[in-house]
Amino acid sequence: MENMVSLLEEAAKAVAAATTVQELDQVRVDYLGKKGHLTALLKGLGALSPEERPQAGAKINEAKQQVAEQIGARKSALESAALEAQLAAETVDVTLPGRGQELGGLHPVTKTLERIESFFAGIGYSVAEGPEIEDDYHNFEALNIPSHHPARAMHDTFYFNANTLLRTHTSGVQVRTMETQQPPIRIVCPGRVYRCDYDQTHSPMFHQVEGLLVDKNISFADLKGTLEQFLREFFEEDVKVRFRPSYFPFTEPSIEVDIDRGDGKWLEVLGCGMVHPKVFEMSGIDPEEYTGFAFGMGVERLAMLRYGVNDLRLFFENDLRFLGQFK
Amino acid sequence: MKFSENWLRELVNPNIGTQALVDQVTMAGLEVDEVIPAARAFSNVVVGEILTAEQHPNADKLQVCTVSDGTETLQVVCGAPNARAGLKTAYAKVGAVLPTPEGGEFKIKKAKLRQVESFGMLCAEDELGISDDHGGIMELAADAPVGACIREYLGLDDHIIDVDLTPNRGDCLSIKGLAREVGVLNKAPVTYVPIEAVPASIDDTLPIRLEAPNACPRYLGRVIRGVDVTAKTPLWMVEKLRRSGIRSIDPIVDVTNYVLLELGQPLHAFDLNKLDGGIVVRYPEAGEKLTLLDGNEVELNSDTLVIADESKPVAMAGIFGGEATGVTAASQDIFLECAFFDQIAIAGRARAYGLHTDSSHRYERGVDWQLQREGIERATALLLEIAGGQAGPVTEASDEQHLPSASTVTLRHSKVNAMLAFDMPSAEIEEILTRLGMEVTASGEGEWRVAVPSYRFDITIEVDLIEELARVYGYNNLPVKVPTAQLPFTPCAESQVTVQSLRRTLVALGYQEAVTYSFIEAGLQRQFDDQHEALALANPISAEMAVMRTTIWPGLVKALQHNQNRQQSRVRLFETGQCFIQQGDELKQEKMLAGLLSGNREPERWTGKSSPVDFYDIKGDLEAVLGLGGVADEFTFVAGSHVALHPGQSAEIHRNGNVVGRVGALHPALVKSLGVTGPVYLFEIELGSVLEGKVSKFDDLSKFPESRRDLAVVVAENVAYDAVKAVAMEQGGEYLKKVTLFDVYQGQGIEVGRKSLALGLTWQHPSRTLNEEEINTAVENVINRLQSAVGATLRD
Repeated sequence: MENMVSLLEEAAKAVAAATTVQELDQVRVDYLGKKGHLTALLKGLGALSPEERPQAGAKINEAKQQVAEQIGARKSALESAALEAQLAAETVDVTLPGRGQELGGLHPVTKTLERIESFFAGIGYSVAEGPEIEDDYHNFEALNIPSHHPARAMHDTFYFNANTLLRTHTSGVQVRTMETQQPPIRIVCPGRVYRCDYDQTHSPMFHQVEGLLVDKNISFADLKGTLEQFLREFFEEDVKVRFRPSYFPFTEPSIEVDIDRGDGKWLEVLGCGMVHPKVFEMSGIDPEEYTGFAFGMGVERLAMLRYGVNDLRLFFENDLRFLGQFK
Repeated sequence: MKFSENWLRELVNPNIGTQALVDQVTMAGLEVDEVIPAARAFSNVVVGEILTAEQHPNADKLQVCTVSDGTETLQVVCGAPNARAGLKTAYAKVGAVLPTPEGGEFKIKKAKLRQVESFGMLCAEDELGISDDHGGIMELAADAPVGACIREYLGLDDHIIDVDLTPNRGDCLSIKGLAREVGVLNKAPVTYVPIEAVPASIDDTLPIRLEAPNACPRYLGRVIRGVDVTAKTPLWMVEKLRRSGIRSIDPIVDVTNYVLLELGQPLHAFDLNKLDGGIVVRYPEAGEKLTLLDGNEVELNSDTLVIADESKPVAMAGIFGGEATGVTAASQDIFLECAFFDQIAIAGRARAYGLHTDSSHRYERGVDWQLQREGIERATALLLEIAGGQAGPVTEASDEQHLPSASTVTLRHSKVNAMLAFDMPSAEIEEILTRLGMEVTASGEGEWRVAVPSYRFDITIEVDLIEELARVYGYNNLPVKVPTAQLPFTPCAESQVTVQSLRRTLVALGYQEAVTYSFIEAGLQRQFDDQHEALALANPISAEMAVMRTTIWPGLVKALQHNQNRQQSRVRLFETGQCFIQQGDELKQEKMLAGLLSGNREPERWTGKSSPVDFYDIKGDLEAVLGLGGVADEFTFVAGSHVALHPGQSAEIHRNGNVVGRVGALHPALVKSLGVTGPVYLFEIELGSVLEGKVSKFDDLSKFPESRRDLAVVVAENVAYDAVKAVAMEQGGEYLKKVTLFDVYQGQGIEVGRKSLALGLTWQHPSRTLNEEEINTAVENVINRLQSAVGATLRD
């Protein structure tokens, strides 16, 4: 028993000297293991009188407890130091670029088209599409543009033959819808359209969204309200909007809409009007019972105004340095 | 149409400024494109008369002139070749301020030019900002008052207004029509030039025969003898014409142009002595030709109405006169024509010859059918005044049956209110229509009969009148509301993948959306599709945009080329759009989705070197897209050839047995000939087939463990993995859930010409644990069938 004190002192030194969990474990084996120094003391208890044994046993157990606690504390310390070291070693430069694919992007025309479609979808319009190669009837005749009409000259049409052409507007889709569906009709018709004209401000191919609403009691006031709100939502500005009398064979009254974004300059952004009764009649809708309005806008033009693009031709060059700006 | 503001104000002069006037007509539907001052600002420029002009002693190209400004005579050095004694011209005195071409101004000072003193400057038109003409100093009329202020003398305090009229407003293609409109808008009186019949002083006439009365139901003609074509057109007329963009030619042409501008009535003058007998208005005979005033000979189309004499066509009716019968400086006697041609008979005809004239422009849009007599009388009066001569009586040939008739339109108050969404008072309706020259008569409760004047031939139905009411009332003064209606649910099929989500998937995979032209170059199109004849445009804008694409690939490859030429080496593009395939009588316009992949797999970065993309990159991207609808297993890839693709890296995409698309490497020969850097991978698939998916259906989750066995089988290298997989799926039994390919190996240890495929097979039973024996049997079945069906051996 007299060497218990020195044993405990030795154990404490050994614990403190252990620098790794493994060394510490060896210390545990050395003192507390089956053949450990303190365990060996227990074996010496047999030599003691029955009266002395409990007290000596308790002392040994106390000593074992003490050593076990020291080992436990040392272990925690070693483990947390090891974790610290690991963490320090695993530190990364968070400013290095990440792995993975670079995102692509949508074409600005698509972005603009999708926005326009979603505004109108929100107020009950559905999207209708149609063929880009049209017949003369759906592109012109049914829209009150007979073959001799001077408005045909404004359209600069691409032809395949006398009756087949590339649509000059998406209005043909409206006609096809009216032919097959009775009012109420609320549609927007997005898509590619074609005009035989090519310079800085004209592209032989561009995109339009046209819209059509046909129902009972639709008035000029409804048309004004709808488009005024659309333009403010589209530009997310309180743009000034003015309605200017114009002429399209398929609407009457016909209107061109200009906006002023605060610089005092009026910019023409879309054309619209109340559907002409002849157009209704040709598509089998009774103009005495129903009225409606139609509108059409150039998507590239709106995208140019929205994003500040200054050359129409950029939309079709597909230069990644251009397209990449619309993410 | 361009016109002088001052000319308009001679007829109607509302108390508003130029800008207000311009805004007003624009907002009434007569859109003003441009307003330019008739001259730039300048001062101290007067009519000067050159008294003498002599060669400058020290300069070849200069003259030393003495110029009278009305009060004194001064010496001016001038470089213009037309400076000569007796000429009256614009003289900028010392102290005058002139505009510079850059928009500034400069002051005329006393100067010495090559040692000769000069007091002021003689001016060309461009120096006063009147036009761009720098051909010489201005040549003023001989009677120009010396010393008079040039601005006043030429009436230069004026604006040229260019109004872009819509095709329905032919009635405004004249000063008279514009004045009428301005009068309506301002409730201002309009003073029209009084037109009186010019009495005949000779008896000469020409017979007129209308052989196509539906195209020309009215033709007026008049002989005028003894005109002086060399007479000088008065300054006021020259200036008005100039401000409408028309150059003065001779008094005859000037007068016809002037009446066209003033009244909107085109006229034509023939040299009477070159006409063979009377006038016939008819359609041409086959092969008839006409040499026009511009010197070009045209063969006349059978639908082109002509004016002919007894032997030949002499003018294209309403479009252009003929050269042979045109008025020249030597002409003395003329025949003046003033006709009404039907709009439809003229429309499009000029364009067929590449022509567009002031006359055809008006007839195509319609001319007032009541205007011809006024037109010929006005022109005669002006002609006699300027060029002298003696007029014969007017001969009129007309066919009442074919002339338009005045229209009367019923207008219902209820319709006005419904369309404009407010109760427009009856008095206001009547007042506006009356101001527009209509005769309004109440014809019942809330209903009017409206008689439309002949010049507003565009008004034929009720809504035409409502538009007029809205226009004059002001579109922007009309009420605004938003439509209210019952909102039905919009169908939204869950099985349908949206294009929006499809696009975003591709964007997430690194693809940039492109929009390429639908029409491409024919040769390029053929390189990408030798199966279909591309539809060709009859009037393409250029050879590069001549035929309709049958595939999006050429457009994407062109875009790749564009980008590679701009140092963009890593290109991923996709596009959706219609392609056009003619199959017999049927034209297929199918929406396609196409993609292009080129460059390295990953963007350049610090984590390691990237390698170029291969077939399985594009296939993987495509599979991600095909999986959007939850029906990836309905698509299969089958090796197949295509003219634009590498024969060993080309697959058809099948869905339920139909070919819906293709994927592969751009053929190396095309890579080379198109000058792009390869490899380039492409896919194209019918958009509809990608968007059509299914609604998800739940399967119970098994509570029992999966069992997996890995097999390495060796097969000939031309055996498709799909065949191996199919055997495994078929032989693995009911509870085989999944076959995974986790390695493909060729090389050491494997016979040349063969490949090793490592398969992971996973079984699971829904309601119990599968035992070892069951799985062993299944594995054995798979191995046996692989041996017999695809000649597989187990890898040792």
